[in-house]
Amino acid sequence: MTVASPNDFQDSLQPQGWLRYFSFSLDHKVIGLQYLVTGFLFYFIGGAMAGVIRAELASPISDFVSRETYNEVLTLHGTVMIFLWIVPVVNGGFGNYLIPFYVGARDMAFPRLNAVAFWMIPPAGILLIGSYFITGSAQSGWTAYPPLSLTTPALGQVVWIVSVLLLGGSSIFGGINFIATVLKLRRPGLRLMQLPMYCWAMLGTSILVVLSTPVLAGTLLLLSFDIVAHTGFFNPALGGNVVVYQHLFWFYSHPAVYIMVLPAFGLVSEILPIHARKPLFGYTTMVYSIMAIVVLGLVVWAHHMFTSGTPPWMRLFFTIATSFIAVPTGIKFFNWLATLWGGKLALNSAMLFSCAFIVNFVFGGITGVALAQVPFDIHVHDTYFVVGHFHYIVYGGTVFVIFASIYHWYPKFTGRLLNEDLGRLHFLLTFVGFNLCFAPQHWLGLNGMPRRVAEYDPSFTTLNQISSVGALLMAISSLPFLYNVLVSAFRGQVAGDNPWNALTPEWLTSSPPPVENWIGEAPLVKHPYGYGVEEDTLSVEAATGRDLWSGAGRR
Amino acid sequence: MPIPSSLVTLLVGMALVLSGLWVGYNVDLLPLDASANAPVYDSLFRVLFSIGTILFLGIVGLVVFSLVRFRRRAGDQTDGLAIEGNLPLELVWTAIPAIVVLFVGLYSYDIYQRMGGMSSLNDHSAMHQMPAMETMEASAIAVEGGKEPAARVWGGIGTGAGEANVLPVEVTAMQFAFIFHYPEADITSGELHVPNGRPVELRMKANDVIHAFWVPQFRLKQDVVPGQPTVLTFTPTKAGSYPIICAELCGPYHGGMRSTVVVHEPDAYDAWLQKNSPVKATVASAPSTPTA
Repeated sequence: MTVASPNDFQDSLQPQGWLRYFSFSLDHKVIGLQYLVTGFLFYFIGGAMAGVIRAELASPISDFVSRETYNEVLTLHGTVMIFLWIVPVVNGGFGNYLIPFYVGARDMAFPRLNAVAFWMIPPAGILLIGSYFITGSAQSGWTAYPPLSLTTPALGQVVWIVSVLLLGGSSIFGGINFIATVLKLRRPGLRLMQLPMYCWAMLGTSILVVLSTPVLAGTLLLLSFDIVAHTGFFNPALGGNVVVYQHLFWFYSHPAVYIMVLPAFGLVSEILPIHARKPLFGYTTMVYSIMAIVVLGLVVWAHHMFTSGTPPWMRLFFTIATSFIAVPTGIKFFNWLATLWGGKLALNSAMLFSCAFIVNFVFGGITGVALAQVPFDIHVHDTYFVVGHFHYIVYGGTVFVIFASIYHWYPKFTGRLLNEDLGRLHFLLTFVGFNLCFAPQHWLGLNGMPRRVAEYDPSFTTLNQISSVGALLMAISSLPFLYNVLVSAFRGQVAGDNPWNALTPEWLTSSPPPVENWIGEAPLVKHPYGYGVEEDTLSVEAATGRDLWSGAGRR
Repeated sequence: MPIPSSLVTLLVGMALVLSGLWVGYNVDLLPLDASANAPVYDSLFRVLFSIGTILFLGIVGLVVFSLVRFRRRAGDQTDGLAIEGNLPLELVWTAIPAIVVLFVGLYSYDIYQRMGGMSSLNDHSAMHQMPAMETMEASAIAVEGGKEPAARVWGGIGTGAGEANVLPVEVTAMQFAFIFHYPEADITSGELHVPNGRPVELRMKANDVIHAFWVPQFRLKQDVVPGQPTVLTFTPTKAGSYPIICAELCGPYHGGMRSTVVVHEPDAYDAWLQKNSPVKATVASAPSTPTA
């Protein structure tokens, strides 16, 4: 296929070439990569903060940074990693790049809103991190529980609130855009149950974003009134109630976990069938599982508050509701295992990271079901057990999937392959480092180490040092990755349009794709996972959009 | 789908279950159990650990087996089998987790009841806690106004509440310390001293921000929330000293907010009471302290 010149499409005020990545571009692919690269910048900043935390915890006394700085760093680490890395990358980054391809559209439903959503992120991020250097940043953890958030330095806390409000707004804009694109912009002839699984994951995620993020925004506004105007919504000295804040906060922040992992589930569902050369097992049950997770995910928030003085019946309800999330989640994992079974697995970096995701997430899921049980949670709540658990979910789960996705889609982004040897080295270092870092934390929590502390009982020193070594390995693992990504963009092996011989629509165009995605009409991919089927012998390179539309070579 | 012969599958499954049970009942990851709650908690932990081990080993085994057995051989460009689903299989792996989860939920409900979590502490508190709480939290309760203030005492988890010989201790959490006050003996202490085997009732309040009272050896944790007086009861069962840890981020010195609970044998506890009582001279003549 030939690549159309961007000049044919872009109006002359838009910069061309590499400059468009720094512009208010309306192209969903440019915006997707803007999200992705911005997200990675914040990932390395947040990772450096994790390094500060692990360096402090290498010894049982507070000796590396001051106690105030330590609390600032742990607050920023959590906020950056959630709001500036994982949420924007798995939603905004891959979502913007892939969803228009998957629905057969030339762009998102609201391209300008899309660009606005992205451009809210850099100022929010700079504000958040700049606050550390200028005013001192928030010290009350990413949860910002009052009254602590009312008594720590006010300016840093207010800046934190403004920043999170901007990021939440960006997330809502993105969510509205994804819902509209998936539901209204599908190519004629493409039915909902023919969409690639990532579309369903993004639809479910966006429903959660639109329903729950406004609650966080309202809560943080009230909190800022308490700080700035001395109102008493959450201030017990003025008759406020701090547990109400926790309910409102977790009404967003538990669904936020699914906002971070559901897109990762979707991405894995795209990667596994291609590298296993098999159809995605159980498509229909996968769709229903996602929607079940969305519904259940909205009614489990109080499991974060089992020790905060909640009535017994509430503890019981949220235990049962939370436990039942394991059922749809389990279905998805069994379906992936069945997708692998009997396939022709290419043991490349994308596949290795995806399989490690399954292993890590199952571990985090098992500890998650345990944590859902009130009596169990009462002992380990707010301990390193919880820290270990959610890093297995969010890092071992989502971040591993982000890496798998980079190895998988990099040829589409750039037209060049990443180096596989460096990729496997990156995988090995990440996998070993990650498990070394976070597995011991479960034991620490069970035996008496609370989270968010700068000093701890000296009997925990050895395991903390092992954990810090793991963190160091994770930091080192990013070096081969960075080198690979930067050098392969210019000197990597040329990939061709469809190096994985995949059937999903983003591969049925040139790499990198032209502005507006296809030269002719968009292909109609009714069966994105039709591997191993006889009729599928039509060469993708030779196929035109018309062939694909008319169903030649496809069921 | 090329499933191994049913016998091999059965044997592997049985080995998996047995190894999971063995691990659950023989690997000890928990600290000493020093309260009446702790053994109950530990039996739940063993069940969860066994189920978790079985699931984890099974799934990791399947992943590793697939990666080895189904890896793409050099030069093989063909596709795998075009299997898109299998309704009976999918029903089975929906039903099994649902049953397991239901079992775990009901079992943990039972454990929770045995730990005293479902007792209606609100009513109980309303009846005999009010005098103490009224003085402690007069301002906070007054603000809450509308409802009958007695119902606003929150119950934490715990056994032994309402028993006749319960030892009441008032706990005040502040940045960055716990203060323990014994209303019966009028002792104020930075450490919690309790007699072995006697139920203890902690009447907790926080002065500034949220703190959490945690004793890992008791398997008990309760947030101490400003404006929300809370009761936590427990019965120590093993003499010794155990750490009290603040488990809720409360400021820069959060990590240093620790204390100790000393569980004495009853006579040693009485000696401690005698030694620390502020009215030493009158204790002998006026046996007003019911513990003496």
